[in-house]
Order: sequence, then structure tokens, then C-alpha cells
Amino acid sequence: MNGVEFSLAGAVLTALGSGALWWQEKRLLCVSDLHLGKSERLARLSGQVLPPYDTQDTLIRLEHDLQQTQAAIVVCLGDSFDDLEVLDELPEAETNWLHRLQAGRRWVWIEGNHDPGPVQLPGSHLSELPLPPLTFRHIAQTGKSGEISGHYHPKVRVQTRLRSISRPAFLFDSDRVIMPSYGTYTGGLRSSDAALKTLMRPEAQAIVTGQTPRVIPLPK
Amino acid sequence: MTLPKAFEDWFKRRGWAAHRHQIDMLEKQNASALLLIAPTGCGKTLAGFLPTLVDLADGTHDGLHTLYVSPLKALASDIQRNLSTPIDEIGLPIRVESRTGDTSNMHKKRQRADPPHILLTTPESLALLTSYEDAPNIFRGLKRVIVDEIHALAESKRGDQLMLALARLQALCPDMRRVGLSATVDKPEDIAKLLACNPDPCEILRADPGPTPDISMLETNEAPPWSGGGASYAIPAVLDAVKQHKTTLIFNNTRAQAEIFFHNLWLANDDSLPIGIHHGSLDREQRAKVEAAMVRGELRAIVCTGSLDLGIDWGDVDLVIQVGAPKNVKRLVQRIGRANHRYNAPSKAILVPANRFEVIECMAALQAVQENDLDGEARGAGPRDVLCQHILLRAAAGPFEADALYTEMTSAGAFADLSRDAFDQCLTFCATGGYALKAYDQWQRLKQAPDGRWHLRDPRSSAKIRMNAGTIQDSDLLKVRMGRARGGKALGEIEEVFAASLTAGDTFLIGGQIVRYEGLRDMTVEVSRNRGRKPKVAVFSGSKFSTSTQLSERILTMFEQEDWPELPPHTRDWLRLQTEMSRLPQPGRLLVESFPHDGRQNLCVYGFAGRNAQQTLGLLLTKRMEDLGLAPMGFVATDYATLIWGLDAVTDPAPLLDPTSLRDGLEGWLAQNALMKRTFRGVATIAGLIERNIPGKQKTGRQATFSSDILYDTLLKYDPDHVLMQITREEAMRGLVDFARIEDMLTRIDGRIDHQVLTRVPPLAAPLFLEVGKVSVSGAAEERLLAEEEARLMESSGLAKIP
Repeated sequence: MNGVEFSLAGAVLTALGSGALWWQEKRLLCVSDLHLGKSERLARLSGQVLPPYDTQDTLIRLEHDLQQTQAAIVVCLGDSFDDLEVLDELPEAETNWLHRLQAGRRWVWIEGNHDPGPVQLPGSHLSELPLPPLTFRHIAQTGKSGEISGHYHPKVRVQTRLRSISRPAFLFDSDRVIMPSYGTYTGGLRSSDAALKTLMRPEAQAIVTGQTPRVIPLPK
Repeated sequence: MTLPKAFEDWFKRRGWAAHRHQIDMLEKQNASALLLIAPTGCGKTLAGFLPTLVDLADGTHDGLHTLYVSPLKALASDIQRNLSTPIDEIGLPIRVESRTGDTSNMHKKRQRADPPHILLTTPESLALLTSYEDAPNIFRGLKRVIVDEIHALAESKRGDQLMLALARLQALCPDMRRVGLSATVDKPEDIAKLLACNPDPCEILRADPGPTPDISMLETNEAPPWSGGGASYAIPAVLDAVKQHKTTLIFNNTRAQAEIFFHNLWLANDDSLPIGIHHGSLDREQRAKVEAAMVRGELRAIVCTGSLDLGIDWGDVDLVIQVGAPKNVKRLVQRIGRANHRYNAPSKAILVPANRFEVIECMAALQAVQENDLDGEARGAGPRDVLCQHILLRAAAGPFEADALYTEMTSAGAFADLSRDAFDQCLTFCATGGYALKAYDQWQRLKQAPDGRWHLRDPRSSAKIRMNAGTIQDSDLLKVRMGRARGGKALGEIEEVFAASLTAGDTFLIGGQIVRYEGLRDMTVEVSRNRGRKPKVAVFSGSKFSTSTQLSERILTMFEQEDWPELPPHTRDWLRLQTEMSRLPQPGRLLVESFPHDGRQNLCVYGFAGRNAQQTLGLLLTKRMEDLGLAPMGFVATDYATLIWGLDAVTDPAPLLDPTSLRDGLEGWLAQNALMKRTFRGVATIAGLIERNIPGKQKTGRQATFSSDILYDTLLKYDPDHVLMQITREEAMRGLVDFARIEDMLTRIDGRIDHQVLTRVPPLAAPLFLEVGKVSVSGAAEERLLAEEEARLMESSGLAKIP
């Protein structure tokens, strides 16, 4: 599989170029911040009518990762929906699509700040998922270890020999992984931002997403 | 018609006689549209206002009488001052006010309730004014509209927006008459068509063009450099020229060049001559200060950019210096006209080539000015992104009927040929987004009422529509402020991209001073004063002009000569050196050079096909190179050449330049390239799909708005024929593609390619490395660079050794 292996609290994890995280031992695929229905929510709230294809695009990529990994467990790490109203407005085709993806596997919806509360879809709804030695939650908590979280949509800027390249990235150190956002219309937060710097150890590294994911030390 | 006595007397008291064209304007004041073509300094503005002043002299008119629109905010206040002279001295009962982005909200509100007789404004402020529900009240009684510097507006979307606003006004005030004031242009009838309410005619008046200008190329002891735009070699000679004249305007082509030139001028300014700087990225207050000092005659010179191309009547300017190649004969003539605002006195101008290629271009331009051979490019049909914005602004003003709006819009010259289908597509886009595969049934922006009229679903959205109005595309700018405190002095703006390249301690030039970058706080760049260190040069988003076709052709013809006795020795020598190291481009042949430089392999193609076509050539060639695995990284195009750089060298350019495969490539090139995305960003912002980034009002902190590139990619994937994609394609074809000229060039050379494989940068290619507007290509090269960097970082951090 096209990914970078690293270990956290003894668990061997693979960061995929798509921005998903694969835990081979449990056959678990984790994706964060899908923000499904973001374009609908923007239209409802602000009248901005963005191309309404983001949900579709996100699901296509998710489907691809599921096919590649044949995952038995899927963890959506919060902010899976841009808000809870989005669920009522989700077109039938997309709801059915989600059902199809969910069929035959365990599916866990972790609560996020955008989707606090149970969603009207099959699967378990949890505020966090402990799966020793790891814990999955939406927002990182200081002082915890073996933690997988999302929320911040981290991206890094890499100054290469000839060009500066900015991409969504996984950040990880000996305590935690912060996942990049998986949704199509989601921006990113620079890894140099104070919020991320205080969470990550100085020796933290980043895995840049893209065609071939790559590990680099976290840019200072 | 003769002047009323009070006016006649006033002219006499000033010791003036009214010009022929001023009287003509008065006589033809009832024409529905009238265009005056006149050089600077011949009382053009007064000619425009004279009929208004005469008409308002009896004090019987109530409310707004004349609307004056100019492309420059600064012009509005200047005109207000100039008008006050006749108004006060003749004692006319006329109230004049201006309304621009700088006018306070309180004042703006009052103007809407109680409009002055004469309102001075800009296209943007006018568009906003038409978007209020009380527009019919504001414009009640409006008789005349004066569009100043219409030649400048005619070249951009600002003009298209203005003409749509005028169409709106014409519907509110059917008797409104239009007057256009223009500098000398190549095709007045094109501007006339734009100005008139289609299909009405528009008469053209021509003022006496005045004497031929006194124009020369700067002679220096020191030769200009091989490349670069700084022209620092010319500093002593320019200072000398400044000393010998009362007031000098020193024009530069870009803001960055203006900063460098100003900086160098001060370093050499031993006599401490008062010299100022003026360009569009400087803080408004700084600019106003320089303008005021200039009006008071306190400055001996101003280093400036296109920001002083228009407007403001500097009475005392007796010399214009153009630093860098003038690029366009028409604009050069207009700039030269800035000197000596006395009618009938020849304007004096000196051209300062910044490098040796520009010596050739300057020589060609000089000859063109002497032969009065003006150049110009025709503009195509009105862009539909402006149409979309206008529909939204119209909706903000209140419910409308689609039929009426369509009729109204086609009365604007640029949109005369707009089909109903194309209009409906724009309307649908504004209403629902116009997506093929999915719709926002519930949340559409505009809704149709049972009576058939269109209105905003949520009336509160009108505020947002107004906030996003305008067609000027600024890239993301950050304010620069002195000191850490909020109250620190504002210096100007720099591009976000440039700010991102700075680390604390870096120094750069802004407003002529060197400042030290301290940090970024609340989207403001904080700096401190710094002296001495060699500063970086900020990237400014100043407009980039392209050299006209005529000038390019003149240059190619010059290369045919055996020798160049009209050129200074240093440039003659340079051309000879190019002949020795490589060869000169020849008519009927295509010169292609390959050479390594700075860790990259370069390919330079001298097509002389004009910037747009050379740009397209860059797109097509990099695409072909990517397919062939040559890992191109980017290109830059000028009017005479395209320079491509990448990781691998091109050994045989002939297959790359095969016409059939280039044509095939044109189909595919649309798909993925930075230029299309850049065009899309502008189109999407103007059409109202995405919100404008307003400097200082950006979201701070986390999860900033995602980039418009993602929207482009999404549309390309799921809805490639969406109306915004169509507009983007149209605009790219018109603005950036110009494929016809590539075909012309290929036919002209008919396979006669001269490929020179060299070991270092050849003289003629050197200036290309400093060109602005480099286009990046992301493909295999990025993956390879990331892999390299990964290995290097892991090695140097010692992580590579950890298993």
C-alpha cells in the first residue's frame, strides 16, 4: 500500500497519501474531518452557492481507500458532517452510498464540534473510542498519549531546493497523531500555528500527503 | 452657441480664451453621446464640465445634474478643487461632492438622501450606488454623465462594469446624456461604441493634438547592464536631468522597480533634492502626502508607476523620464503628455532603458513615436463574470424582470451581441449556481416570485453582494505597519506570498525605506526601522504590460540589419556578443537555445509572437515536456521569448514544436495548469462565487478558507461545462492564449528551427530570468524535489539512521 509506516504506543500505523490512517493489526481505517454537506450548509447560511460536488468527491475517495484496504472497522474522527442539519438535507443517493460503504463492517462515528450528537445513520456514535493502546477522539487533549485526533486540519509548508510546497499533513510524535482533513472543501492550518506547536513535541514529524506520502521533520 | 457673459468675463479675467473644442462641447451638449479626444493639458476636464456649469448657472435645477466618473479616486478630489475655481469666481450656485471608497459612511448616507448637483465618483462606487433600493431617488433629475480617462477604463473590466451601471442609469433617467473624455488613442470609434447607449451613434470631437514631443534616449557614460530592471547605472544621469528641470516625473513599469530606483536615487542624492515616491501599494495617506507636496511645488521629482498615468494635473512638470522599456507606444505618448501641461508647448521626455534589450525596444519605440504610429489591441465581447456581478447588484436594488434586465444590458456596447441564452445562463448561475448535476433547490440565492420577478431569497445577502462588488483583482495583500503597537504607522501593502517568504530579521524595501520584518500579527506585517543591510525586494501585484505587436515587429526588423549605428556602442557590442555566443533571432526562422543555469535546464524559444502567444507556447510546451518525462518546473514569457526550466535538458526541440501536436495539446492544456486556476480565481470572485479577500478583514487563525483551486478542480471533474468554466476558458483564450499567433509564427518559420546548445546563459536570454509572472508547473518535478528534500532532511536531522 502507498503509505508511510510509523508506530505510536507500540501500534504500527500507516499514513496513506489520501490522508487516511490504516491500522493493519485491527484492519481499521481512520478518516477525519469529512465535512460532508459543507457546500449545502454554506448555501443555507450564507447564500454562497459553491459547486455542490464536495460530498460526492469525498465519498469517491473514501470508497477508493475502503477498496484498497478492505477495512473491517472504520473510524470517522469527528466533523464528519458540516453540521447536524446537513444530515436531513443529504440527498438520498448520498445516504444510500454511505449505507453501501458501511455494509459488512463496523463503523464508528466520533463526535466533532461540527456534529455533536448522534447521527441518523447506522454505526456506533461515541465521543471517543478507546482501543488499547490507542484512543480516538476529535480534539487532542494535552497530557494524553497514544492519541489519534483530527480537528485542526494541519498542513505543512516544505521549502524545497527550488519551490515552497504546501500540503495537508499528518503530524505525529511519541504521544499522538493529528490527522489531516479528508473532506474536499476543507482548508488547512499551518503547522507553525501556536495551537499545533503547543500540542506537538519539538521533535515531532510530519507526513506530507499526496501521490507519495513523505516524512519530514516538522518545519520550525 | 456662445459662452454666457459671466463665463466669458471669467475667461477674460484669467487671461484665457476658451479653446475651440471647449466651445464645440458646449454646442453639441444635446448629443446623446459625445467623445472628446484631446491630449493632456488642454482643458479637457473643463470642456467636459462647461455645459454642466452653464446649465446649472441659473440655480433652478434640483438634485443631481451631472455624474463624473474617473478611474482614479485621487482624480475626484483633484477635480473638486479645480471646479471650485470657476464656481467660486463666477459665483455659481453649484454644490460639488465626491464619493469614493474613501468617503465616510455618514457622508455617503447623507449623499443618498440629498445628492449634490455634481457628484464625482469611480466605477466601483457608482456600481454600489445603483445597488441601493433608493437608486431611483438618488439619480432623479440626472442629465449628464462624464466619463473621464475613458481610454484607460475601456481596456479593463472596470469599463465594462461602468457601462452596465450607465445602462441602469439610462433606464432610470431616459434623457441622460453621455460624455467621454479620452487621451489620444489609435481607434476612437471603438471607444465611442463603448460609450454610446447601443445602438445610438456617438459623435467624436478631436482637439488640436499640439506640437510633437521632444523625446530622446538617455545617454550615459556607463553602459546599461545585461539584464535587470533596476537601471541603477542611470542614477547619476537621471539626477543631473532632475537638477536641470523644475519638476520631473520618473515612471517605472512595476512597483518593485519604482522602489529600487527610488532607493538608489536617494543613496546618490548628495544635494538632498526633495524626491518622493508614489505607487499603488503605498498607504493611502503616504500617497496623499506626496500628491499634496507635488501640488505645492515642493518636490523636484516623483518616482512613480502607472499610478500617475492618469489624472492629477501637475502644473509644473517639465520633464518625464520613462525608466524601462515603454512596452506600448500609445501609453508612452500619454505618459509623455504628463510633461508640460501648457498647451502648445512640446512635452519633453527621456527614455531610460534598464538593460540592453530595452535599449533596442526604446529605440524602436522612439521611432514609432516620431512616426506617430500608435498601437492597440481590440477587446472582445463583454466578459460575463462582470454580467453576473451586475445581476446580483441589480437584485440588491430590488425585484427585477429578466426581460427588462436583458434589454438594458444589451444597450451597453460591450454586451450588444449578448445572446439571450448566455444571459439566462448568467441569471441561472446567480440564482442557483447553475450546476448541471445537482441543484440547491431550497437554498438558491435568487428566487422567482409568482409575478415572474426575481428577488433575493434572503434580503440580508445584499450587504454581502455589495461587499464583493468590484472588478479589480488584488492578490492577497497584507498591510505593513511600523512597530508592534496597533497604532504603528501604516506603510503600505505587500503580497501574502512575499510575506510568507520572510523570516524575522529579513529586510525589505517599502515606500523607499528599508524595514526589518518582525512578524505577522492579526494579518498585519509588523516591521521596524532598519538601515544599511541589503534589502530584499518585495513582490508587488502591479499590473504587467505587454509589448505591443508593432514594437515586437520593429525589433525583429532591426535584427535584420548588418550593423546598428543608431544604437549606443554597448548595445551594438551586446548584439555582436549574442551573435558570437549563439545567434540573433531572424525573421522566418525560429531561434531555440538550450543551456543549464542554477541547477536547472533551460529552454529559450524566441517566437516574437507577443506575450500572450508566448505564454500559451509555454503552457503547451511544458505540457508536452511533462508527457515526455522531461520534468518541466515552470516558464516565463515575454513578448519576444518563452523561457522554460526543468530538471532535464531538451535535446531536440523540433518534435516539441510540431504544429499538429501543439494543436492537439491545446485541447488538453485547459485541464490542469496554474494559469487557468489563476484566471478562474478572478472570474469566480467577480461573478460572486467566492468572497473577496479584503485586506485586514481576513479570517485569522485556524482553518482559513480553502483555495479556489479546489473549486476549479471540482468543477473540472464534475461539471466542466459550467458557465464559470466557460467564462474562464473564454477569458484565457482572449487574454492568455492567442493561439492564432502561434500558428502564424509556425507557418512563418515552416520548420526552420535554429537550435543552439550552450553551456551558459546567452546574452539575449539573461533578462528573462528576472521577468515577473513566472508560471509554475507541478508534476513529476515536484515529486522528485520532495523525494530529494525528504532524503536531505532525514539525513541532516539524523533521523535517517534511526530504524
